[in-house]
Amino acid sequence: MSIFLNENSKVIVQGMTGSEGSKHTQRMLASGTAIVGGVNPRKAGTSVDFEGASVPVFGGVAEAMKETGADVSVIFVPPPFAKAAVIEAIDAQIGLAVVITEGIPVHDSTAFWAHAQGSSTRIIGPNCPGLISPGRSNAGIIPANITQQGKIGLVSKSGTLTYQMMYELRDIGFSTAIGIGGDPVIGTTHIDALQAFQDDPETEAIVMIGEIGGDAEERAADFIKANVTKPVVGYVAGFTAPEGKTMGHAGAIVSGSAGTAQAKKEALEAAGVGVGKTPSETARLMRELVGA
Amino acid sequence: MDLFEYQARDLLASHGVPVLPGGVAETPEQAEAIAREIGQTVVVKAQVKTGGRGKAGGVKLADNAEDAKARAQDILGLDIKGHVTHKVMVAQASDIAEEYYFSYLLDRSNRTFLAMASVEGGMEIEQLAVERPEALARIPVDAGKGVDEAKAAEIVDAAGFAPEVRDQVIAIAVQLWEVFSKEDATLVEVNPLAKAPDGTVLALDAKVTLDENAAFRHAEHAELADTAAADPLEARAKEKDLNYVKLEGEVGIIGNGAGLVMSTLDVVAYAGEEFGGVKPANFLDIGGGASAEVMANGLEIILSDPAVKSVFVNVFGGITACDAVANGIVSALGILGDEATKPLVVRLDGNNVEEGRRILAEANHPLVTVVDTMDGAARRAAELAA
Repeated sequence: MSIFLNENSKVIVQGMTGSEGSKHTQRMLASGTAIVGGVNPRKAGTSVDFEGASVPVFGGVAEAMKETGADVSVIFVPPPFAKAAVIEAIDAQIGLAVVITEGIPVHDSTAFWAHAQGSSTRIIGPNCPGLISPGRSNAGIIPANITQQGKIGLVSKSGTLTYQMMYELRDIGFSTAIGIGGDPVIGTTHIDALQAFQDDPETEAIVMIGEIGGDAEERAADFIKANVTKPVVGYVAGFTAPEGKTMGHAGAIVSGSAGTAQAKKEALEAAGVGVGKTPSETARLMRELVGA
Repeated sequence: MDLFEYQARDLLASHGVPVLPGGVAETPEQAEAIAREIGQTVVVKAQVKTGGRGKAGGVKLADNAEDAKARAQDILGLDIKGHVTHKVMVAQASDIAEEYYFSYLLDRSNRTFLAMASVEGGMEIEQLAVERPEALARIPVDAGKGVDEAKAAEIVDAAGFAPEVRDQVIAIAVQLWEVFSKEDATLVEVNPLAKAPDGTVLALDAKVTLDENAAFRHAEHAELADTAAADPLEARAKEKDLNYVKLEGEVGIIGNGAGLVMSTLDVVAYAGEEFGGVKPANFLDIGGGASAEVMANGLEIILSDPAVKSVFVNVFGGITACDAVANGIVSALGILGDEATKPLVVRLDGNNVEEGRRILAEANHPLVTVVDTMDGAARRAAELAA
């Protein structure tokens, strides 16, 4: 098993005809993802030729779902139009909306998050690399050739740290690796992923990567203590970040004494989670836990 | 982006929030002219983006225009917690009968917005929240519904505003929501919201933070950026669209991806403990692509920082494979030529790493050392900067 995404997932791409959208659609297809359509109202009825596949373009998400049975949408739509694209996906009742777009105003992400409440749509992102269930499906921009299917589950705010950790533990492999995104307001949280990994029989151990800003890691620590029986190791980035400066990700900011890496590390350790000082040390902690 | 008080005040006023007359001055003479126009007692306030101005001598009353000029003379140039005062706001002084607090902010934890209000304003809100939490009403605001008069009344009544000011505060609460939502703010805070002796409620001080991701729909916000205060290296990096933050150390850092770069800073600081406390000199994320041109721009900025003694290039080849990254580094050094004078420690991992390392080995640049692991490379870079 894997979480949120598997070999039966049928994926559409909103923004497939744009430069990022088409580049990554090609990559997703190459890694074996079932890409069943793209969405662009101005190019409805056409199709786009990729190496090895011709992908039809639909006028809307609802139509694409009806015609193809799609249950996942990967969204590359630029920031000014992203809110409307996500709301369209929610209204069409897609199961999973993966929002890759970076730079969405927080009033827009807060609005589409509010709109998704009570709906059947899980949102991952925005400002995230998406998720991969190696060997099964890849929805987003995570390189598919880093590692293979295996028993580790990974959830991270950061894209490149996800890749780094997958690489460090590539011989063991991953059930699913999810980049939940570095924005202040995101859909799927560390806690959502931890719960899903806890429930997934294939996942034997979990890596959780956090960074400065907000209190998601502290909340995840409380959740782990109460609900997660599988071994978890953690890593937190941003110990040297100065107060009041945004470090690349819109959500990565220490405000006053809130959101520091030290507080997050302490909260995780208090919940019994081993926290590595560096990504490599974190990988070593995981190896000790799984005996590999 | 945090605004200065005078910018926040103008923004509030443009949405109808009642404020006192005033203006901003960069010289004592300008302050004098504004005070003369106001024609009564004024308050001269340092414009710095930090708290504690009053205690630092950055807020003074002035009885007349000459006095305002003298007070502005005192305050301009004043260093308040590391922020040098370049501007003062001169505003009509008001007697205050009561001080209240009102704010809207992004509530990250609950993924919604929050209204906070209290009839006990004036003091720092963090202090009030700790000492008298029952005096601070916290009401979630649904992002889809916003704040209309009924919602404003709910907030105002939860905070216990007295009947004689209730209607005024409700109207202000609706106007402040307009500021918060229409200007794409993540914080709008009025402290104090004050009742004058005649019963009028006014915003006497305001803090506003705007969401820079919303700049595409607020061209006018560009004028609010404080270019004078920006670090010169940060300003140059911004012109080149680089995600750069200047820090206080000696090891220049280039990496791809915000998380990996933050991690690189930590690993360098950790390794630097062994070498007399060497620290990272900057944050620089060149993004997933890591092209030669962006690499050259980044290196150019970092090498022009006189504090930098060594550079650590830490790239994980994901979307862009390591051979392309290695070619980027080699071309960047070619573009820079003699400008490249400091040792570079390069660590590559990920897709096509062997080919990437081979390219760097073949180029055999005298300044470049390739180290296989992130921890080892951080150690070497720290050692070279010590």
